Amino acid sequence: MTFVAKPRTHHPNLPLNEIGLTRRDYEGSVSTLCAGCGHDSVSAAIVQACAELSLPPHRFAKVSGIGCSSKTPSYFLNKSHGFNSVHGRMPSVATGANLANRDLYCIGVSGDGDSASIGLGQFAHIVRRRINMLYIVDNNGTYGLTKGQFSATNDKGSTSKKGVPNLYEPIDLVSLALQIGASFVARSFSGDKRQLVPLIQAGLRHQGMAFIDVISPCVAFNNHQGSTKSYDHVRNHSLNVVDADYIPINEEITADYPPGTTEEVRMPDGSTLRLHKTDNDYDPHDRVGALNYVQRRAEEGETVTGLLYVDPDAADCHEIMDTVHRPLNELGEAELCPGSKALAAINQSFR
Amino acid sequence: MQPTDIQDPNYFHKVVDCQWACPAHTPVPEYIRLIAQERYTEAYMLNWDSNVFPGILGRTCDRPCEPACRRVRTEEKPVAICRLKRVAADNKGDVSDYLPRVPTKKNGKRIALIGAGPASLAVARDLLPFGYEVHLFEKDPVGGGMMRSQIPSFRLPEEVLNEEVDRILDMGVICHFGQEITSMKDMLEQDFDAYFVGTGAPRGRDLELPGRAEVDAHIHIGIDWLSSVAFGHTDKIEGKVIVMGGGNTAMDCCRTSLRLGAESVKVVVRSAFEVMKASEWEKEDAMREGIPIINNRPPKEYVHENGKLKGVLFECVEPVKGDDGRLTYVPSGEPDVFIEADHILMAIGQDNHCPWIERDIGMQFDKWDCPVLDEVTLQSTHPKVFFGGDSAFGPENIIWASAHAHQAAISMHLFCQGKDLKADRPPQGVNLLSTKMGVHEWAYDSHHDASERHLVPLVESKQALSNVKVEVELGFDQELGAAEAQRCLNCDVQTVFSESLCIECDACVDICPMDCITFTENSEEDSLRQRLLAPALNLEQDLYLSEELPTGRVMVKDEDVCLHCGLCAERCPTNAWDMQRSVVHIPQLGSFAE
Repeated sequence: MTFVAKPRTHHPNLPLNEIGLTRRDYEGSVSTLCAGCGHDSVSAAIVQACAELSLPPHRFAKVSGIGCSSKTPSYFLNKSHGFNSVHGRMPSVATGANLANRDLYCIGVSGDGDSASIGLGQFAHIVRRRINMLYIVDNNGTYGLTKGQFSATNDKGSTSKKGVPNLYEPIDLVSLALQIGASFVARSFSGDKRQLVPLIQAGLRHQGMAFIDVISPCVAFNNHQGSTKSYDHVRNHSLNVVDADYIPINEEITADYPPGTTEEVRMPDGSTLRLHKTDNDYDPHDRVGALNYVQRRAEEGETVTGLLYVDPDAADCHEIMDTVHRPLNELGEAELCPGSKALAAINQSFR
Repeated sequence: MQPTDIQDPNYFHKVVDCQWACPAHTPVPEYIRLIAQERYTEAYMLNWDSNVFPGILGRTCDRPCEPACRRVRTEEKPVAICRLKRVAADNKGDVSDYLPRVPTKKNGKRIALIGAGPASLAVARDLLPFGYEVHLFEKDPVGGGMMRSQIPSFRLPEEVLNEEVDRILDMGVICHFGQEITSMKDMLEQDFDAYFVGTGAPRGRDLELPGRAEVDAHIHIGIDWLSSVAFGHTDKIEGKVIVMGGGNTAMDCCRTSLRLGAESVKVVVRSAFEVMKASEWEKEDAMREGIPIINNRPPKEYVHENGKLKGVLFECVEPVKGDDGRLTYVPSGEPDVFIEADHILMAIGQDNHCPWIERDIGMQFDKWDCPVLDEVTLQSTHPKVFFGGDSAFGPENIIWASAHAHQAAISMHLFCQGKDLKADRPPQGVNLLSTKMGVHEWAYDSHHDASERHLVPLVESKQALSNVKVEVELGFDQELGAAEAQRCLNCDVQTVFSESLCIECDACVDICPMDCITFTENSEEDSLRQRLLAPALNLEQDLYLSEELPTGRVMVKDEDVCLHCGLCAERCPTNAWDMQRSVVHIPQLGSFAE
């Protein structure tokens, strides 16, 4: 960590995006996480993704729970709305925010402790309800804030810094998300922005629950030999199956991938998601296939990364519930409380 | 692209833009830090070691360091390096204990220095501690050369000049003042072991136009006129004055005229304002005193009546920028302009002139009347004779004179010891010292200070114009000096990268405020420059390239706009980045700097 604030002075040629902001305008306050923490790279990737999409920072709601990961919303988009909630309860707050104002971009940042242990129930249900948000888990397999105990995502057999092996099976949040209804599931690595930034962009533009499990090494407690979530291990044992490239509307699509392995997916807003498969047999639209593939590879000690599953047409929470198109927070009292006559009419309809 | 060799002394030296741009390679950031620590005497001596005349240069230097300052590229205005030098000089304590000891027992070699300007004085300083018997010959009654004769005392007070000149003379120079050398042949017959010619560029240019002969009494050559003012032979100028020329001498002439009672003063320049040779600040100083600078007016004719100058007729032209960016001038169509004048000060340049060196004694001169010299050793075609300062390669400035002097002194020393002037020359070197003191603690002030350049206080203008001896600039006081010192980016504290420690976590990339660092695949430099996080378009600044890292990528750092804030090193979990102070060793005789 550092207490030295990053100087505001920036590169003289730093480009402006479509709304006249530089990337630096999307930063937050200076991070107090350990030097080299993967989470800071995830924050930097969010900054880059939002700046490149020219999204207005004040149209964001960022929510988090408790943990190192959950501190990070302070470190990006400092001109947005934020709520640092209770341990494991970020999904409740995100659900409320999204129901109240469906027009905001909602980013939830959580950790493996926050989402796979204390908040596993909340995680399962927000995925199931398909809240329209980008849910990022900074997954380092350890409780860094309490000095390095194994977390629920830590692989069986992986060792602690002192060499003690983990005895329990890991919870794989990607498999869980696939199983219970997320319409966008990806896994990435904090040390690979080339992969992560487009995934964040696609996830922000995706209508529905977009879940990204980001392996984000803990340099202080889980970056040693024997760890399966260290920089070295992830680099040597990850398998990128589907590269995603987010192409905004009006931008020319240039093809530089060999044909046959590339597929273009239209997003509801008219933009394009270009998927490049490194394994021709992999189908990112096959939920069950994806689930099998991820688990089979995990058995072989490989971490599958990339955009693993996407269904751009799946209904999100608002569509399922058939809510009004105007955000609830913009409705007046008359619309929200139509009065006793209206209530009587509703009750009547059930008789 | 090949990995960077940081053992090459030039690599990190080049990152220290100010030091690299300084002909004498003064270690600028180091002395600015000393000023910030209120260690003025040490700051002064560090300067004295490299540039010999800190007090004088702190007022008069041409400041090649300032346009080079990184701050110009990161923000806009450079650190006021020159004025900080003056802060060191103004606030220093007793320096006598810091001066090199001069042996009383001499080494038996005799050296003749011709001309007592900055070049000769600096050679004397370098050679005296080695036991040389140094004789200094000067036509004027005192030392200082052009620093005394051409720089008016409202820019350089006499006591500052005397102090620094006397400091060298007092080291044991045998002075022969008031003795003009008229024959090099005679000098050579006196059989000194080596000779140094530092006689400057003493001939001011004249301009032949219709009417020149008739108005001779009203035309004064700028540098000669300044000299006669300096030595008290001229103490007034009456009527209307035109200064012709756009260099620093022109600025000194016009400002001096204003102080000596001229009714009006105008500077008329043949060329456009932006290409005038005068330093930016000298132009500003003149204009602030209300002197108009009239550009794009080449003179046509001296207008006179019965042998009395009436004025000058000027043509009107306008500049046109060619494809190569150079200006050419075409008639603007306006009618010629007549400007009234009683006196004309001619400041259109100066030339080398050595009529006293016979051309049959084995010394060759080129077509500009400059001696043929070896650029490294400054040795002429006569092996015993060395040159430096303006007399070497034409008019430059004081800081170049110091730089030449150091090289000439090394050459003369080697020559007198019977060694080879090139093969036995001491090499350059670089030392790197970590500045890490602990967690978040560095031995330099790493915080970036975004303050704007501080303005220097001036004496009240009425007082300034009343007397040619009143110094215009008051200089920074200690407080302003300390504030300005904080603006220095400490470019000599280098970002040093160790490949073997890097885990490629990207922390440095994310934190760098200037987007200097990129991890990417290696390629040829041209394409690499384009592929960086912020494309490296300033080709004068190097890329720092690492060996290949485990992922097959390389670390590339564009040195161009690095703030040296140390955040990359603060954020690095493995100390792969370290902030290390580079100390460049510029060979110099008698140097006691690290």
